[in-house]
Amino acid sequence: MSQADVTGLGLTMFRISSWLKSPKPYLMVTGFMLLLATWYFTVEVWKLPRFQDMPGITEVFSEWFSKDPYYGLSIYTPEYYKHILISLRRIAYAFCLATVLGVPLGLFLGWSKTIRDFIFPLFEVFRPIPVLAWVPLAIIMFSGSETPVIFLTFLASFFATTLNTMLGVESIDESYSRAAYCLGASRWQTFKHVVVPGAMPYIFTGLQISIGVAWFSLVAGEMVSGQYGLGYLINTAYMMIEYPKIIIGMITLGVIGYSTSALVRLAGDYMMQWRVRELALGDN
Amino acid sequence: MNMIGEEMQPGLSKGAIRIEDVVKIYDPDGAAVMAVDHCSIDIPAGEICMIVGPSGCGKTTLLNAIAGFHGVTSGHIYLDNELLCSPEKPQAEPGSDRIVVFQNGALFPWKTNIDNIAFGPLMAGKLGKKEIYEKARSMMADAGLSGTENSYPGEVSSGLRRRVEIVRALMNDPKVLLFDEPYRALDSLTKSVMHEALLDIYYKNKVTIFFITHDLEEAIFLGHRLIIMTSRPCKPKKIVDVDIPHPRDYSVLTSPRFREIMNEAKGVVNEEAKKAFDAGEREG
Amino acid sequence: MKKPRKRSMLANERDNGMNIRKFRDGLFSKSTLRGISAIIIFGIIWELGARSEELFGYRWPFLGLVPAPSAVFVSWGGLIGDPSYWQSWYMSFLRVFAGFMAAVVIGIPLGLFMAVNKTFYGMAFPSFEVLRPIPPLAWVPASIIFWPTQELSIAFVTFLGAFYTIVINVLGGARSINKQFLQAAQSMGASQWDIFKRIILPATLPSIVVGAAVGMGITWEVVVAAEMISGGGSSGGGAGGGLGFFIWSSYVGGSYEQIIVGMISIGIAGYMSSELLRQTGGLLTPWLKTR
Repeated sequence: MSQADVTGLGLTMFRISSWLKSPKPYLMVTGFMLLLATWYFTVEVWKLPRFQDMPGITEVFSEWFSKDPYYGLSIYTPEYYKHILISLRRIAYAFCLATVLGVPLGLFLGWSKTIRDFIFPLFEVFRPIPVLAWVPLAIIMFSGSETPVIFLTFLASFFATTLNTMLGVESIDESYSRAAYCLGASRWQTFKHVVVPGAMPYIFTGLQISIGVAWFSLVAGEMVSGQYGLGYLINTAYMMIEYPKIIIGMITLGVIGYSTSALVRLAGDYMMQWRVRELALGDN
Repeated sequence: MNMIGEEMQPGLSKGAIRIEDVVKIYDPDGAAVMAVDHCSIDIPAGEICMIVGPSGCGKTTLLNAIAGFHGVTSGHIYLDNELLCSPEKPQAEPGSDRIVVFQNGALFPWKTNIDNIAFGPLMAGKLGKKEIYEKARSMMADAGLSGTENSYPGEVSSGLRRRVEIVRALMNDPKVLLFDEPYRALDSLTKSVMHEALLDIYYKNKVTIFFITHDLEEAIFLGHRLIIMTSRPCKPKKIVDVDIPHPRDYSVLTSPRFREIMNEAKGVVNEEAKKAFDAGEREG
Repeated sequence: MKKPRKRSMLANERDNGMNIRKFRDGLFSKSTLRGISAIIIFGIIWELGARSEELFGYRWPFLGLVPAPSAVFVSWGGLIGDPSYWQSWYMSFLRVFAGFMAAVVIGIPLGLFMAVNKTFYGMAFPSFEVLRPIPPLAWVPASIIFWPTQELSIAFVTFLGAFYTIVINVLGGARSINKQFLQAAQSMGASQWDIFKRIILPATLPSIVVGAAVGMGITWEVVVAAEMISGGGSSGGGAGGGLGFFIWSSYVGGSYEQIIVGMISIGIAGYMSSELLRQTGGLLTPWLKTR
């Protein structure tokens, strides 16, 4: 049990210092510098053909952090945050709905063969159709410009969540449910105490994928239809020939997309303490 | 067989298993395979009965039939003269009177040790939560598990995990414990510690133990009686009484009587192992 | 002849008494029937929903706005003889193939190189991870600006979709190779190149196949979207059709049955490509078949 003593602040400090002593951080910085330098030199210094039409790094960043942006979009303009918030709101609706419907459905699909027999073939029929092929149908089925976009985003997430949850239930070692029956648990108690927590790792993998594809289809949906949102921002910037805004939109999408999936991972860690602790031991 | 009676506490009459002429045939891909062949075993209450045989000889099939994970093709199994399973009653309900300790361990990794131990009584719902946890704590203390109550199974050593699993089973006052090669994955040093710990627990809570193993030393050290099985199909080939008095400790291992019994059993076991190996060679 | 028997013995011990053959027969008949009936019931509900206005005088929500399956099939029948419909198939397949091949040709060596060269890994991987969260479709406008033709810009976005997945899978596969394989090879006197060719490459192959299969799915998603965005966004005929454009122009032209025809066509096309890939993958990794 001595390993347990080496957690907390001391361990973190130790990890940071050994990370700094390794070549990793320096290589990483070199990599970033190379990437940014390529962008800078090809576009703004050497003005290579094709590259010179692209927005340059200084142009983008001076616009982004300008108090008085030339194209009207920077971290000081409320419009920027409006795009972000609207995209986030759509993601939140779609992701939550997909989780609330997809996780229970996936659990039942994995748990009951009868339910799986009926529902899964339907799933398999719909799954090969790319979510984005639903765009026109979504516009026809749902009125307004907001619901179709949310529907598309939901659809993508829903498939990922449901399938992974189902796989999670199937992955549970049979001896766990047998042990539960041995200890006198009923079918429902086994579902609650074995199936749900046992499938948890897969559920959270599914949710990670789900949030990723949610952003993927949100951007597509916003580009095709919809008002406001980061995809919409990128597309209109292109049509209005306000090219730096395209890059600002892209980077913002990357940062926010990454943060949301980090949030999902944190939630997973919080709900699966046993895995966190096991992995922490394995690390030492 | 009666000789062990003297060592048992008087009045203990629960947990006698009678296996009568049991046959189990599998029919995969049309090729009928007989796993258990007209097998009859009588285990008096409170005996440690060691079922010895080469890996994959069908011992687990027998255990699963007792536990209620599947039925038998013909024959009867009784627990205290009550019918557990027969062809007419294809499958006994798994229940907390017969608890399996699984080969690879089936502690729920998502529950802390004490939550695992409290699981059975909590499911039964007869006792209050507070009482259950008090009992769990005292049983853990008895088994030398104090201090690991709030650890997850993944955080403690594999030997400790096995002990937790046995305590989890004993919490339900079972009549029979069914061990399916629980110490297979442990190294031999840990194993001998585990054996003493198991006997220690057994002396405090006399239950019938149906213990599957292929380790002859383990079998003789723990058991009142060895039942050496033939390899597929599985049926008793030779019964060896271990007349070394309980309580035993590791010094038994070097006693002359232990050697004698070992010699007596070794030849029979080897012959079966060879047969199984040759069969495996031919098939693989 | 020898091996399967042994396997069945093992299998039946694992399944513990489940009568496998009967179980499987039952599974086949019963669950196939169930699946088919579920799909038929769905079709009937859809048909009823789509015709709800004429049948019940009340339009069901959502489904009431969708063309009926019977109408879809009638419309499909009319399209089968139409060469421009098949032209759309051809165009989409071509784009998927181009983008996917580019991703395979660039992604696999890159992933392998990152796996074997620590310095390159340290430099490239963080940048890669920084770019990865940007959804491929967000690249569409930038790609249109950069590439001289629309065809190339679609190809680029398609490439990106599959590229990330393939690299991540190749890298993961190559880095998780059992160290003992390498040590064994070294102790038997294998050269660096031998180790790469005979150990790292085949050991990574299963991950490559998985990455490619996932990448193929994403490729179809991206192609459809890119065709819709470029066709729907810019003037007129886009970059020469494709199934995504087929759907979009059906929508713009108001022939809603054709939208569904297009969706089903894409579904079939996507399924065919993944199946093809899975078969190829199976041929490349025969040693996985036993599992």
